[in-house]
Amino acid sequence: MLIKAVPAIPSREITDEQIYLRRREFLRLAGGAAFAAAASPLLACASEPSAAEPQPSGPFSKAQLPLAGYKEKAVSTDEKLNTFDEITSYNNFYEFGTNKNDPKRYSASLKTSPWTVKIDGACSKPADYHIEDLIKPIQLEERIYRLRCVEAWSMVIPWIGVPLRDVIKRAEPTSKAAFVEFTTLLRPSEMPGQHTDALNWPYVEGLRLDEAMHPLTILAVGLYGKTLMNQNGAPIRLVVPWKYGFKSAKSIVRIRFVEKEPKTAWSVANPPEYGFYSNVNPEVDHPRWSQAKERRLPRFFQDHPTQMFNGYTEVASLYAGMDLRKNY
Amino acid sequence: MRKLLKPLVFLLALLPAGYLGYRTYANDLGVNPAETLQLETGEWALKFLIITLAVTPVRRLTGWNRLIQFRRMLGLFAFFYACLHFLTYIVLDKYFAFGEMMADVIKRPFITAGFVAFVAMVPLAVTSTKGWIRRLGRRWQVLHRLIYVSGVAAAVHFVWKVKVAIGEPVYYAVVIAALLGFRLVWQLRSARSVRPHRVSA
Repeated sequence: MLIKAVPAIPSREITDEQIYLRRREFLRLAGGAAFAAAASPLLACASEPSAAEPQPSGPFSKAQLPLAGYKEKAVSTDEKLNTFDEITSYNNFYEFGTNKNDPKRYSASLKTSPWTVKIDGACSKPADYHIEDLIKPIQLEERIYRLRCVEAWSMVIPWIGVPLRDVIKRAEPTSKAAFVEFTTLLRPSEMPGQHTDALNWPYVEGLRLDEAMHPLTILAVGLYGKTLMNQNGAPIRLVVPWKYGFKSAKSIVRIRFVEKEPKTAWSVANPPEYGFYSNVNPEVDHPRWSQAKERRLPRFFQDHPTQMFNGYTEVASLYAGMDLRKNY
Repeated sequence: MRKLLKPLVFLLALLPAGYLGYRTYANDLGVNPAETLQLETGEWALKFLIITLAVTPVRRLTGWNRLIQFRRMLGLFAFFYACLHFLTYIVLDKYFAFGEMMADVIKRPFITAGFVAFVAMVPLAVTSTKGWIRRLGRRWQVLHRLIYVSGVAAAVHFVWKVKVAIGEPVYYAVVIAALLGFRLVWQLRSARSVRPHRVSA
């Protein structure tokens, strides 16, 4: 029911040859039943809400749909993973409140189905995608990444997602597209934090096009083999592992190709403290605290040395010749 | 009954520390236990600072003068929680790297503010004994106005620490401003009246 064509898109785009040729890569559901492919595996809600069924009351009572057919450990690390409970109980997602336990507590009522992502701006194939259509043509991969928060704590998280570059290529950005802007859902009725003026809503983030095209940059739709919990940015979020966590926008509804550097939420809220790039860098301190070390949760001590680009040094060439002190 | 009141307040004031100790033992401090300890001890230091600062205004407004007997203990509890809070920074954040701490205090305004709030409490705690009160005489009153510095610095420390200044840090700052504002209004009023008055903390 959710995979119907959007009227605004010409049919030749929906049956894009490239996509057609990659049909064998389509994600497979648990059990691999062909029928199940129509059952929209990426929805956070297990089923359409019906009057007879009581609505789920907390995040854990909500069935997380298992994802299957993903390439395991496409990128990995030998570091110890954080537990599912840790990753889903300690979050910065100001749309649900500024305390770390607010997102888990207040995000259960967020409806993530149906979900549409608008892709527009400087590209030759703008479209509104149902999330299933956006993801399905691309091979899902497990990416075990370190996540370094600007607040000097870190985790190791087994995301499941798709390379953002594959989504971008399909949209065919034009020569004017120098940056990619990501917008988070604006829905104060289900995101109580949006009733406060903690930040300018909706949350906007951005990447330079070459950063967005880097193979490490993914759109995550899952965690620990299942679809994302709301507090982690369901149903689809950005993950840019060499940047501070806030760059990885959650619950994305729009991806826009733009000519100029997007005005990102944190750099608008506090320009001296948060720049556009926000690459993990132990040598450039946050004005209010050192970034040299981090607390690898749930450890007591803040004694884990922070690595340049969070250890993903392969991205260094993106910033060749740039002063990373100025471009913080 | 009256004799029991003081030990009772003492035990009540110790409860938050006891509960935090229990949560540490029971591994119930959440995903970031160090942060929980740091936030909780800091907030309790601020709460006791506020309670201590509230003693005089409440006495003035209600005439309930017996409250004064708890003031020293409450102030010392503010210092006690501030010590625990400072310890979380020294041990859990910096693990005794004193060079880094010096750099923090100099370079980072929010840490400077917290440090000022703490340091201002030290002479107050030291001179809280009967002997010191007697030795310092009227100067004791003047010295103990340092608690105002501590209160303002602690409020600023909390507001500057968070990424967006909304909610709790702002509420604490407003309460402290109100408690100090009360004293200011009182001073101005009594300065206007001709009769000589005794300065009170």
